[in-house]
Amino acid sequence: MLLIHCPYCDEKRPEIEFAYGGEAHIARPHDPSTLNDEEWEGHLFIRSNPRGRHHERWRHIHGCGRFFNAVRDTVTDKFETTYKAGEPRR
Amino acid sequence: MSGYRMEGAGRPDRSQPVRFSFDGESYQGYAGDTLASALLAQGVTLFGRSFKYHRPRGVLGAGVEEPNALVSVIRGPGRFTPNVRATSVEIYEGLEAVSQNRWPSLKTDVGSITDRLGMFFPAGFYNKTFMWPRSFWEKVYEPAIRRVAGLGDAPTEIDPDRYAATYAHCDLLIVGAGPAGIDAALEATGTRKRVILIDEQNELGGGALSDPALNPWLEASVRDLRAAPNVQILTRCTAFGFYHDNFVGAVERLTEHRADIGDGPREKLWRIRAGEVVLAQGAIERPLVFEGNDTPGVMLASAARAWLLRYGVAVGRKVVLMASHDSGWRDVFAMAKAGMSVAAIVDVRGTVDQALLDSAAQLGITVHLGSSVIGVSGRHAVSGIEVAANDGGNRRKIACDALLMAGGWTPTIHLWSHSKGTIAWRDDLGAYVPDKPNENVRCVGACAGKWDFGSGVVVPALPTPRDPTRIKAFVDFQNDVTAKDIGLAVREGFRSIEHVKRYTTNGMATDQGKTSNLNGLQLASTALGRAVTEVGLTTFRPPYTPQTFGALAGRAKDALFQPTRKTAIDGWAEENGAVYEPVAQWRRARYFPRGSEDMHAAVNRECLAVREGVGIFDASTLGKIEVVGPDAAEFLNRMYTNPWKQLQPGRCRYGLLLKEDGFITDDGVAGRITDDRFHVTTTTGGAARVLNMMEDYLQTEWPDLDVWLTSTTEQWSVIALQGPRARDVIAPLVDDIDLSAEAFPHMAVRLGHICGVPTRLFRVSFTGELGFEINVPAQYGRAIWERVFEAGRPHGITPYGTETMHVLRAEKGYIIVGQDTDGTVTPMDAGIDWAIGKKKPDFVGKRSLSRPDIVAPGRKHLVGLLTEDPDVVLDEGAQIVADPSQAVPMTMLGHVTSSYWSASLGRSIAMALVAGGHERMGETLHIPMPGTTHRAVVTGTIFFDPEGSRLNG
Repeated sequence: MLLIHCPYCDEKRPEIEFAYGGEAHIARPHDPSTLNDEEWEGHLFIRSNPRGRHHERWRHIHGCGRFFNAVRDTVTDKFETTYKAGEPRR
Repeated sequence: MSGYRMEGAGRPDRSQPVRFSFDGESYQGYAGDTLASALLAQGVTLFGRSFKYHRPRGVLGAGVEEPNALVSVIRGPGRFTPNVRATSVEIYEGLEAVSQNRWPSLKTDVGSITDRLGMFFPAGFYNKTFMWPRSFWEKVYEPAIRRVAGLGDAPTEIDPDRYAATYAHCDLLIVGAGPAGIDAALEATGTRKRVILIDEQNELGGGALSDPALNPWLEASVRDLRAAPNVQILTRCTAFGFYHDNFVGAVERLTEHRADIGDGPREKLWRIRAGEVVLAQGAIERPLVFEGNDTPGVMLASAARAWLLRYGVAVGRKVVLMASHDSGWRDVFAMAKAGMSVAAIVDVRGTVDQALLDSAAQLGITVHLGSSVIGVSGRHAVSGIEVAANDGGNRRKIACDALLMAGGWTPTIHLWSHSKGTIAWRDDLGAYVPDKPNENVRCVGACAGKWDFGSGVVVPALPTPRDPTRIKAFVDFQNDVTAKDIGLAVREGFRSIEHVKRYTTNGMATDQGKTSNLNGLQLASTALGRAVTEVGLTTFRPPYTPQTFGALAGRAKDALFQPTRKTAIDGWAEENGAVYEPVAQWRRARYFPRGSEDMHAAVNRECLAVREGVGIFDASTLGKIEVVGPDAAEFLNRMYTNPWKQLQPGRCRYGLLLKEDGFITDDGVAGRITDDRFHVTTTTGGAARVLNMMEDYLQTEWPDLDVWLTSTTEQWSVIALQGPRARDVIAPLVDDIDLSAEAFPHMAVRLGHICGVPTRLFRVSFTGELGFEINVPAQYGRAIWERVFEAGRPHGITPYGTETMHVLRAEKGYIIVGQDTDGTVTPMDAGIDWAIGKKKPDFVGKRSLSRPDIVAPGRKHLVGLLTEDPDVVLDEGAQIVADPSQAVPMTMLGHVTSSYWSASLGRSIAMALVAGGHERMGETLHIPMPGTTHRAVVTGTIFFDPEGSRLNG
């Protein structure tokens, strides 16, 4: 069971306190109506699914409730870092 | 009958005899014996029958690696444990064990016919033979195979035991208390580290327990460790899995070894988070591969040593060693010095260390170098062996009653591999050893490939002058995989070791290949003509040894399997005879039968009571979210399809929530309490999901919005009062809200008091009748319910449950998200696109509503179905076709989503998702159900009071 550092609580807590939230840094377009079908499909469904460094969202759902971002290696499952929502991609 | 008790040797306490039974026969051992040691001491050689060929099998090992001697232990009703290793079962007074996989008896087994027919049962036999004809698989082949194959029987009764679980945190966790593990623990005794030392056996010592010379050291060390305040020792505790971030799962067996199990838990699951983990799991000796190597009496040399020096049991009166490694020589030397008779040492190597030869000469042991065992005589016990030089010459027979194998050592890297540490091949050891860690973990001792057992050579299979395709030389004893099976798999084109493993089942039994993986790998590597490192190694997965489901489930079973959520009014429902149904994690009253009523009768009565008088319903499980802040209306406007900004305080609106892909995910009514405060309701099952979705958008997409979200599901009790008399019932109880139809219309909310308790009184309806939903703080829920119920008596108030709620809403065509929708239904499909704010520039899911697939014709639409025979209630989930006489497979148009008997209408009603349904109004469709096919006409979804005039009463 992973230990995950919540950047808001500034604590490492067990995985069962958290919920996974999919790939990070996929901002909802400001005005989706300006996107054509292909662009909207890309926003909705297409994800990078890398082998290695993956930027992803987690929520400290059974803790402070905040969403935050993390960089996790999908091969080793190691967290490289976690950081608050809104901070630049690391 | 060959084994016997050696006087003066071993640790079992000779002053404490213990009686037990095996296959109904009574035996005696001593406290400290295992089932295997006690039986071996009595001359028993035959312990079980093998998995596939039903061959007689004895004891191969002396610990958890044992593949052959699996037994079932019986401890009274519900306490039946199959497939435990006789080598690990500690005996206690009255222990009752039985052998497995034999019929009618262990010595006379009908199933062993498969052994004689062995040539017809090669690798992949089941896959190849029983494929045709297909229909025979389920009815003939599988039941027949299941009767003969398989290991022990599954228990048939409910497990009466309790299982405990605990968390533990430490700085240093040491797995394995052999010499290396004990040394690691001793190093930490003077420190401030919190240390946990665990070992699967009944006492500390591991391999040292089989070496009397180490006794003084062991006793002193154990004393020091037990005295150390920072060291916690767990014996009979198996670390079965190594998970992320130094999290180790272990099961401690608390009662398995006791005659009186008391009333405490049977086992305890330890979830240990450690700063550092030291793995000192040791190494397991490898068998050698040759014809007859599974005959009872053929065992690992290290096991025979343990039986003698730890348990005081000589496994034979005249033993022979077959070695490819020095360690076996040392083992038989120790045994000879302790008084056993060693007839010969056979070693596949042409030369060995001179010191070994000298010792053998001193002990009077004949040595055959450059030779191999090519056959074993005896069926239920070894009676002799045949030996030949490696070139096939110089064949001779040697009489003996036990044959010991020393094929080298395999470090126990299971937990290391669970932790995703890398492994490296060591040619000199013929084994993989730990390489680079992936966690804060290190291996010590034999587990790391560090031992003083001497050296050896690696031979995939011993040389034999016989045709290797005609002999059974076992690699995996538990799954009956032979060397030729692995050769066959390679010849048939399997290249990956993972495929060879699955095709032959090598290493897939309950022992997880502890004794077979590396021999299988060597054989595959040789057959493929590729280096072992190119062939790879199969993946190690938890558990290291089989664990009970009970230990893993802990207390989470039966009523405690998951929480049962109850509303504040639940107790009243129980006292009034409610029949319950689970909804999400809630238990909800489904109906309230009177007298001998069945559900149908009760629901008909409840439905008519609501339509004609007044009904009362506990709606407290509705999800409730308080949305507060200056931007609350803007936030809801972006989340829901509906427009919210113009909604006046005191008014309600039906809200429809889509996911970004345009499909309906939830719905509910929201009331605007004040300008900056909304009382939002969700479906019962969707409450947590919707709050999470709202938080997601609020925190990550629109953090600029000033809004706070709070779950208030459990803060409010909700009493739904529905029916034409509803207003009359509460009128005397409410004095600060004008209840008149003009002042308080449908879809409005008022703040005031009921019976003096503050309430948010909603005028809403999920029945199509005049109705109120009385929200009061949960602690007042039952009291207000009872007051309302009393006030309703003169009006014939009737409590109703979820079943009636479902019928009433279906009569009105109100959908249940998740029942009439399934995650692929858009508002247009469901016919509720009136809920979309057409002028809104954006909301979650809006862009997707113009995706090509969403606007394409032929999508499934939600429609009504009226059966031609009004008495037929269709099955929910039944498929719908246009033409029932078409050839199979038929074209399915959709399925029935909701279907009920409507007492108000005197006929059945149904809703269904049907391809192009909105264009099929009036069309007759067919619904095949068991026995017959029904005809039904497509209609709209509103069956009752289509004008909705009753809502405004």
